[in-house]
Amino acid sequence: MSPSVPLQEMIRAIRSARTQCEERGVIQRECAAIRAQFRQADNGGRSHNLAKLLYVHMLGYPAHFGQMECVRMIASPRYSEKRVGYLGAMMLLDEKQDASLLITNSIKNDLSNSNQYIQSLALCTLACMGSAEMCRDLAPEIDRLLRASNSYIKKKAALCAVHIVRKVHDLGELFTKAARSLLTEKNHGVVHGAVVLITELCERNSETLERFRKTVPDLVQIMKGLVISGYSPDHDVAGISDPFLQVRILRLLRILGRNNEAASDAMNDLLAQVATNTDSTKTVGNAVLYETVLTVLDIKSESGLRVLAVNILGRFLLNNDRNIRYIAMTSLQKIVGTDHNAVQRHRGTIVDCLKDQDASVKRRALDLSLALVSASNIRSMMKELLSFLSSCPPELRSQTASGIFNAAERYAPSQRWHIDTILHVLTTAGGDVRDETVPNLIQLITNTSELHCYTVHKLYRALLSDISQQPLVQVACWCIGEYGDLLLRGECQETEPVQVTEDDVLDVLETVLQSHMSSPSTRGFALTATMKLSTRITENVDRIRSIVSIYGSCIDVELQQRAVEYNALFKKYDHMRAAVLERMPVIEKNSQGHINGETIKESQTVKVKPGEPQQPPNQVCDLLDLLGGSEQPLQPSPALGSTAPPMPVSTANTVGGDLLDLLGGLEPTPITPVATVTVYEKDGVTVTLSCEKQSDSGLTVTLTASNSTESDIRGFTLQAAVPKSVQLHMKAPSGDSLPARGAAKVTQMVVLNNPNKVNLKMRLRISYTSQGSAVQDTVQIDSFPGLGQ
Amino acid sequence: MFALVANQKVVRDWPCFGVVLGGSFLPRGGYTVLLFKMQFMLLFSRQGKLRLQKWYVPLSDKEKKKITRELVQTVLARKPKMCSFLEWRDLKIVYKRYASLYFCCAIEDQDNELITLEIIHRYVELLDKYFGSVCELDIIFNFEKAYFILDEFLLGGEAQETSKKNVLKAIEQADLLQEEAETPRSVLEEIGLT
Repeated sequence: MSPSVPLQEMIRAIRSARTQCEERGVIQRECAAIRAQFRQADNGGRSHNLAKLLYVHMLGYPAHFGQMECVRMIASPRYSEKRVGYLGAMMLLDEKQDASLLITNSIKNDLSNSNQYIQSLALCTLACMGSAEMCRDLAPEIDRLLRASNSYIKKKAALCAVHIVRKVHDLGELFTKAARSLLTEKNHGVVHGAVVLITELCERNSETLERFRKTVPDLVQIMKGLVISGYSPDHDVAGISDPFLQVRILRLLRILGRNNEAASDAMNDLLAQVATNTDSTKTVGNAVLYETVLTVLDIKSESGLRVLAVNILGRFLLNNDRNIRYIAMTSLQKIVGTDHNAVQRHRGTIVDCLKDQDASVKRRALDLSLALVSASNIRSMMKELLSFLSSCPPELRSQTASGIFNAAERYAPSQRWHIDTILHVLTTAGGDVRDETVPNLIQLITNTSELHCYTVHKLYRALLSDISQQPLVQVACWCIGEYGDLLLRGECQETEPVQVTEDDVLDVLETVLQSHMSSPSTRGFALTATMKLSTRITENVDRIRSIVSIYGSCIDVELQQRAVEYNALFKKYDHMRAAVLERMPVIEKNSQGHINGETIKESQTVKVKPGEPQQPPNQVCDLLDLLGGSEQPLQPSPALGSTAPPMPVSTANTVGGDLLDLLGGLEPTPITPVATVTVYEKDGVTVTLSCEKQSDSGLTVTLTASNSTESDIRGFTLQAAVPKSVQLHMKAPSGDSLPARGAAKVTQMVVLNNPNKVNLKMRLRISYTSQGSAVQDTVQIDSFPGLGQ
Repeated sequence: MFALVANQKVVRDWPCFGVVLGGSFLPRGGYTVLLFKMQFMLLFSRQGKLRLQKWYVPLSDKEKKKITRELVQTVLARKPKMCSFLEWRDLKIVYKRYASLYFCCAIEDQDNELITLEIIHRYVELLDKYFGSVCELDIIFNFEKAYFILDEFLLGGEAQETSKKNVLKAIEQADLLQEEAETPRSVLEEIGLT
């Protein structure tokens, strides 16, 4: 085909422009000429002009004045003009432009043109930019073309129908019959189009899906033909016969075989054959294998086939080609929940991929490694993850840090290891950890009373070397304030003790206070820690007094307030000082409030500022001050000490301090369990439900039963039923008797796994014996609190 | 800040996402709908100049420009030995460099990346056969033909013909048709008599 001379001249002119300004000049001139030409009557160069305009458009210059010209060109009888006109329509007119409606009639006419290349132009344009209205108008035409035309047009009509169905789902009904008959054609293009169309129809409508299940044997036949047949020069790619068609058929089989035993059985042999016979030395073979693996893992395949699929993924993991490794990990990620053991076998390779150069591969490897951590491999995995953390790209650090915390929380083999790990993360990536890390760590430390000495020594040493990582400094200050006496005692079983004097310790805290690297909250920690030491050291109390009074005039209001209050503690309330600043009690682990995600809003009624658990005694002190002093003994109640939920929640939970609640009474206020729903309440028997998301598809449901009647209940059992695809595992209940008047409760944990993410429902059967008679009742639970749907 | 707002606007305006906010999953009947669709294909040079853009989703010019700019920057920043796949917004980008041109396709979440690589390769082979050892200049000076070839290979984002021979034959025929339509005029034009 001869090139368009005017077009090429213009392109040359534009390219020879040496500056942007020059280029703009050339383009402006050309556009002016083009505009003038458009206004003239029909001349021979119309297609060239439009082509020029399209080039200019691709360079990024405005070309909307060409829209009407496109419409006119499409209506022209000449093929050359139609061709460029349709191209222009696809580039300049999309469904948002009003002008696009104007071409509907032209398209309609061209669809019935006697020349197949003109029909082809219309079909291509409709499939590329057809709006919903245009699709509705022209759908019957497309259906006609699907039935009564040559292969060239049929294959295009099929894909055009796909576009129509995507735009207007209801029109799928129209094409179902035609699609079915197209499957029997010989032409690969037509069969390919038919398979794509059927896939689209089945995805949109479950009834259609049922109907097309019958085609599974036909599809298997076609596929077999492709796999076994000899060399076909037309469709061969590196020894694979028509890989594009193979992949589409496999995909359709996947959709038809999902959740259906019969269909899955029918395709078992074929999938095994494809999996074993496909040559995997080139990308194209791997593409087919990949699709096969995805299909096997998604349908109800027999276990042997599943193992075969996972092994293929394992082989992919060892492939030299980075692309193949990447997609292997993507696929393994999808099945790590359900086929955990199979994936575990490849853990070594996956962990090696953490060291890959490519950021995408690293990300995949990280996700998968975190999913593979278990109680048995925690130590070795953690070593790898920690070394990854020190060298990983910055965008992955936060995710790695929280993944490590999660894993440590679940599988820590010992407390000391747990604390060490968290400290390691704080020293390496302190800036990227979440806000809750500090209170969580403090809670952990407080609860590990035997390691207080060890912890404070470690933190002291860490503080000596580096005071820039704020979370670490905050925890260190808190510890030194709490356990400074252990530090000064100079003996420690777990680690080599430091020989420090009181001055050394106070020096460190003062450095933190004065350093420009310390954030305001860190300085708050340091000041409070200094204050606490006043009861734990013997000689340098005066020094503390002077530090505290200096900060009484600090510009930072928070620090100033604290300093003033501590001053007051020294002066007027010296008799209370020892009691106020005594050791914190063991903080109760708030396990009932353990839910990740959105539902955190519904959590505890008693809220305490996280990160400053040592505040409450002093706050109470202030309140009492406001009230004019009180003789009440200041017992820091456990409730006050409770902090936000222990584990890194996915949403940063900044819970504000609720002083009024503290004021309301110094008795421990019970923390309301998060999002509990009463699912059954009858005859004095109440069953409540709370749930906790463990992973993407895993859920732990806790059922609690209580009895408020006057007589004891015996033989209390709960049975549960869930939808078919959900896996259920009931743990042993805490007991089977409910004493009267709610003296004790029975709890039962149920672990659910919902890999297909179906709408979760549970039917609960409650049976018990009360006053000699057996009672049985059923209740259906349709919504689960805290699932965030 | 502004970029973030614009980002959201793009996702909201894409009608294929119109049914569900943001994601590409329509929970139906208890399992996810698998969406396979090529959203767009871009060809650009190593200097970031666009040589071909084919969009299969309706977007305003402004949005297209923004996406193009960002994507070109992201792909050009990749080092040579890196993976051909990257996750960008909520799409998967499959790209491959042939000489001085980057071929870049955006596919949806469930699509098969490897077969997309094959589609890109097939297109390059078609161009090569048509132009005879194709180079970037061929695509610059004959961009409309590059489009015609693409439109004979892909329709609505899906492969329409899996045989190389058939695609090339169809292009040949269409070209002949164009010649016939133009011939009576073009001779006169060349001598300057119109």
